[in-house]
Amino acid sequence: MSSGPQHVVVIGASLAGLSTARALRSQGFAGTITVVGDELHRPYDRPPLSKEFLGSLDAKVELGLEGVAENLDATWRLGERAQNLSALPGGGARVVLSGGDAIEGDGIVIATGASARCTLPGVGLPGVHVLRTLDDAMALRADLHEAVADGRPVVVVGGGFIATEVAATARELGCCVTLLVPDDMPLRSVLGPFAEPIASLHREHGVTIRTHARVQEVRRAGASGLEVLMSNGDQELAGTVVLGVGAKPATAWLTGSGVTLDSAAKGAIRCDETGATDLPAVFAVGDCAVWFHPGLGYHYPIEHWTSAKERGAVVAARLLGAERLPISRPPYVWSDLYGKKLQLAGYRSLADHPDAVAQALEGGSLQDCSFTAVYRRAGEPVAVLALDQPRIFAGIRRRLVTPTLSHPSARPEGAPA
Amino acid sequence: MFPACSRSAIEPGEGLRVDGPGTQGVAIAVFHTEDGEFFAVDDTCTHQDASLADGWLEGCEVECPLHASRFDLRTGAVDAPPAKRPIRTHAVAVIDDTVYVTMSSEPPNLPPGVQAGATA
Repeated sequence: MSSGPQHVVVIGASLAGLSTARALRSQGFAGTITVVGDELHRPYDRPPLSKEFLGSLDAKVELGLEGVAENLDATWRLGERAQNLSALPGGGARVVLSGGDAIEGDGIVIATGASARCTLPGVGLPGVHVLRTLDDAMALRADLHEAVADGRPVVVVGGGFIATEVAATARELGCCVTLLVPDDMPLRSVLGPFAEPIASLHREHGVTIRTHARVQEVRRAGASGLEVLMSNGDQELAGTVVLGVGAKPATAWLTGSGVTLDSAAKGAIRCDETGATDLPAVFAVGDCAVWFHPGLGYHYPIEHWTSAKERGAVVAARLLGAERLPISRPPYVWSDLYGKKLQLAGYRSLADHPDAVAQALEGGSLQDCSFTAVYRRAGEPVAVLALDQPRIFAGIRRRLVTPTLSHPSARPEGAPA
Repeated sequence: MFPACSRSAIEPGEGLRVDGPGTQGVAIAVFHTEDGEFFAVDDTCTHQDASLADGWLEGCEVECPLHASRFDLRTGAVDAPPAKRPIRTHAVAVIDDTVYVTMSSEPPNLPPGVQAGATA
């Protein structure tokens, strides 16, 4: 491995970046590692930000992603943003940081993640929040606790995991919560017909759901209030507004660098099945990247925590010239709502019947908000979804098969499972 | 030492959750590795309430099915957060077709919200 890199620069100090740095060391890399992170915080875990961290009054939720005695022997450049990347002739790149320094690496790993989408007019107003970072979560938490005290309504915009988790957490704190979803139901695009029990849970707990809501603008109303305007002219008054309308890969800084950004994947960095970009010895991993999927035959975006964690080991192995690469498992995502665990793994969108309850329901019932659904393609399990049945889910997840598509034209329309 | 299960009750590469009088109020997981060895550890991940018997067994490590922290079955050590504390290991003896377990005398590292003695 004498021809391997001497200095690996990891741009991004969250799960994907940390996992890559960690994998480099565990796979025997003895060279220099520099980790650049635009936040000042050490690597921390984001899933709890919309769940137990947001819901805790006393702030004592452990978020650190580093082990107690862990030492990666890396140079940490925290609080500095990568602004520009230019390829070096021998591979790797030169990266210019916001503080003005430039660092060169003969191995580069881009792991800048994604940032919350916030293009609506009014996003900068006091009381209007997005949720992506620890600082976002602390600001939102402070506002939610005020909303509990003064009873002013909290309006959550969005129908995905973050929006529904924030709505549930705010409601459990005691806030008066309205959830504005773009479809006929929260989580419809992710769960299909199995979204119904989740909607019921929200209603039973007292969250008001407004469907087919097209939010156009947030504006001031009165002395300190807010007003959410919808395209049909409806409006919703609020003291606090949370925009959970998706995330966009944080790749704008790479425009013109020679790294290909995939416009069909929200501008994510286009990579092969090992995270390699179009530039030699420059890799990308995590939410900022979209990897080619060899089984499916096309680039398949996976914006989940577990993939960010697992794929760092693949990038490290490839950077170090390993002959065998770690095996990637089907994507997995979980959510916590009202004390129940929602878990989804695999490729639901590739099932023969992605939207049929009868074909998929394996056990339990939707009415009881406790069920397991198995999605099959040509008889083989390709995805599993469970609410409040973690044990059954785990057993089926381990047997999931990644479908191999003989014709890339079989690519389904719309978002993956 | 108590009889936890029969040797044939666990396929190689699999784990079994055992919760009974012998486990002193804390469910344990008995694993049968691909190499034919048996190990016993506490079944509940030290981070959150998840059953390690449902996790992925690779060599002598089991990965939590919920958030993917990995525990070494020989030492109980955890590789990386979100779990931060080790899992207890219990001594195992396989005699004829029976797997016997001697419970550790150390206190368990249970996650928040899980208590010893609570029936699962």
